[in-house]
Amino acid sequence: MRLRGLMRKEFLQILRDPSSIAIAFLMPVVLLLLFGYGVSLDAENVPITLVVEHPSAATHRFTKGFWGSNYFDPRQVPSIQEGVRSLLTHQANGLVYVREDFAESLERADGGAIQVIINGVDANNARLISGYVEGVWNDWIRRESQARGSGPPMPVQVQQRIWFNSEVRSQNFLVPGLIAVIMTLIGALLTALIMSREWERGTMEALMVSPVAMREVIIGKLLPYFVLGMGGMGLSVLMAVFLFHVPLRGSLWLLSAGAALFLLTALGMGLLISTLARSQFVASQVAIIATFLPAFILSGFIFDIGSMPPVIQGLTHAVAARYFVAILQSVFLAGNVWSVVLPNALALMAMATLFLAITRRRSRKRLE
Amino acid sequence: MGRRIIALTIKEFLALLKDKKSRTVIIVPPLVQLLVFSYAATFDLNRVPYAVYNEDPGSASRDLLAAFTGSTNFREVARISSNREIAPLINGRKVLLVLHIGPQFTRDLLLRRPAELQVIVDGRNSNTAMVVLSYVRSIVTGYNDRWIERQGLPKSPARLVTRFWFNQNLESRWFIVPGVVGILTLVVTILVTGLSVAREREQGTFDQLLVTPLRPVEILFGKALPGFIIGLGEASLIMLLAVVWFEVPLRGNILTLYTGIVLFLLSAVGVGLMISSLAVTQQQGLLGAFLFIVPSIILSGFATPIANMPEIVQELTLLNPLRYYLVVLRSVFLENSSFTLLIHQFWPMAVIGVVCLASAAWLFRHRMH
Repeated sequence: MRLRGLMRKEFLQILRDPSSIAIAFLMPVVLLLLFGYGVSLDAENVPITLVVEHPSAATHRFTKGFWGSNYFDPRQVPSIQEGVRSLLTHQANGLVYVREDFAESLERADGGAIQVIINGVDANNARLISGYVEGVWNDWIRRESQARGSGPPMPVQVQQRIWFNSEVRSQNFLVPGLIAVIMTLIGALLTALIMSREWERGTMEALMVSPVAMREVIIGKLLPYFVLGMGGMGLSVLMAVFLFHVPLRGSLWLLSAGAALFLLTALGMGLLISTLARSQFVASQVAIIATFLPAFILSGFIFDIGSMPPVIQGLTHAVAARYFVAILQSVFLAGNVWSVVLPNALALMAMATLFLAITRRRSRKRLE
Repeated sequence: MGRRIIALTIKEFLALLKDKKSRTVIIVPPLVQLLVFSYAATFDLNRVPYAVYNEDPGSASRDLLAAFTGSTNFREVARISSNREIAPLINGRKVLLVLHIGPQFTRDLLLRRPAELQVIVDGRNSNTAMVVLSYVRSIVTGYNDRWIERQGLPKSPARLVTRFWFNQNLESRWFIVPGVVGILTLVVTILVTGLSVAREREQGTFDQLLVTPLRPVEILFGKALPGFIIGLGEASLIMLLAVVWFEVPLRGNILTLYTGIVLFLLSAVGVGLMISSLAVTQQQGLLGAFLFIVPSIILSGFATPIANMPEIVQELTLLNPLRYYLVVLRSVFLENSSFTLLIHQFWPMAVIGVVCLASAAWLFRHRMH
């Protein structure tokens, strides 16, 4: 009964200041829209400069692969100086240098060399571009060897099968990951200030002298925001499936259960920050530092956790988003993989319990 | 005018650093995060767990697999003997890839027919999958060259010689660490400035400030300087760590670099103060800070290239000061870019900074509750 009253009070507060509703519903939609379209690791139309010193039928057979590819946006220049300049001024990411003696060198025993220079500053992108160039080169060399009647240029051939995401769309894994990052933010934003605000405004003392138990205060604060957060989560999942066409191969039920656990953890973390900081100023600063960047960088959403140094891998276990990202990526792309979902769900449960227990302990009815 | 600004700046510093919790929050986390994130944020893979399903009795397949065992990028965790075992290993994330060699492998090779190495990769993170495949291909290319050499087969008519400028070994850390420097500078500056006016508004002390003889410009300077000074100090410290600890080469001119830093701080402080003076409560300030920090980091080119974004989002990033700052940092660090080459990165930051600071000063008086 008392709990009902507290929740009513909290709901009224939410309705009076609609910014919480905007945070829960508007923010995920706007951010997911912006990031879902904006964040992609698939390079297309890479600007590349083809330096062909002496264009001929032979060089054309090679360079036409670049013109026909979606991956490249080629531009042909006659001199290497011009090519290097395009690289230095960032007009092109790569340079393919076909020398004057290209056609003759093909006939020599040791073969000709085609030089490729790629701007390596963005190492990941450079590796991707180098792979694309190799693809064009492979097609060409295969045709060329066939025409000359020599054996296969590559005795061992790699035949790749990419499971769960055969078209290699980076959005398929980035969008579920973004949901985890965005919901981390929203969880923290919803709750990070609510306790410290009551302390700062002096209304916490008013709550203390009332007969409600601290446990009831916490539940009364948590539940309304949980309802709001689940609404935002639902919207995000709908957008992922219908707008970004991420396949949902697992069950919606399992996804919702995972989402509920994660939201509880995120809200619990916000409450904890709020309780420990006591002032809104410090709570805000901690919320900014402790939520977004760790969720972005340490959750495995974009950077592979298995490749981090062991110490850092250990640290990632303290980031709730890590478990949710694993659940989301598996349930969306692979299906109900219990061996992935179960341990991660348990970890989330443990974290939520821990956060709420500490919050409970630290918010005794006591003044300092 | 000068004395009043100094007095106000001192007051701001006191307000910021007097509270022990707030002091810790501003100084410690950025340094810790530089270390943690710089180690964590890499697209390079190592110790990738894989399983082998080898049906070939011949020696050629053993040689090929030895090349994988010898690589530090890979770590063999299982040998399997049937197709059925593949799915559980990959689904449960025990391995990232399975190498499957058919029974005809060695025979095909000796008969000079193309022999197949089948690679099954977990594509849940498709970028990781692509990186793994590029590692596999480079191992196979090396193996092919050795095979052709040993068997005296005719060489192919041309070779591809690929070189990577500015970052020869494709260390993603060289790309990421300057990026981390950029995002931490942004976060620190917004932390210091983003709530400073909102807090005074909520506590009512801002009205007192407005009735003093201080002019809005002076208040602006007083509020902007602490963020600027702290940002400059931390940016320098973080960069020192990047060079000394992470050994990222600093090839360019320090003056060019600092031009970029100063202009970026100008724009970040401007945005921070604008958010802060728009907000009437601290909660709104926090919301505003988040709404600025998050998109500006995700859409800055820090982790995913701006060139991959759709046209309209790319144009949106022109409003993002971090976008320019990251280009300056990476170009000066790795490419030794000249001052003139970076002019197009400098002026937008200056414009953003001046516009935001001017609007913040205007808002001081015109937004009251």
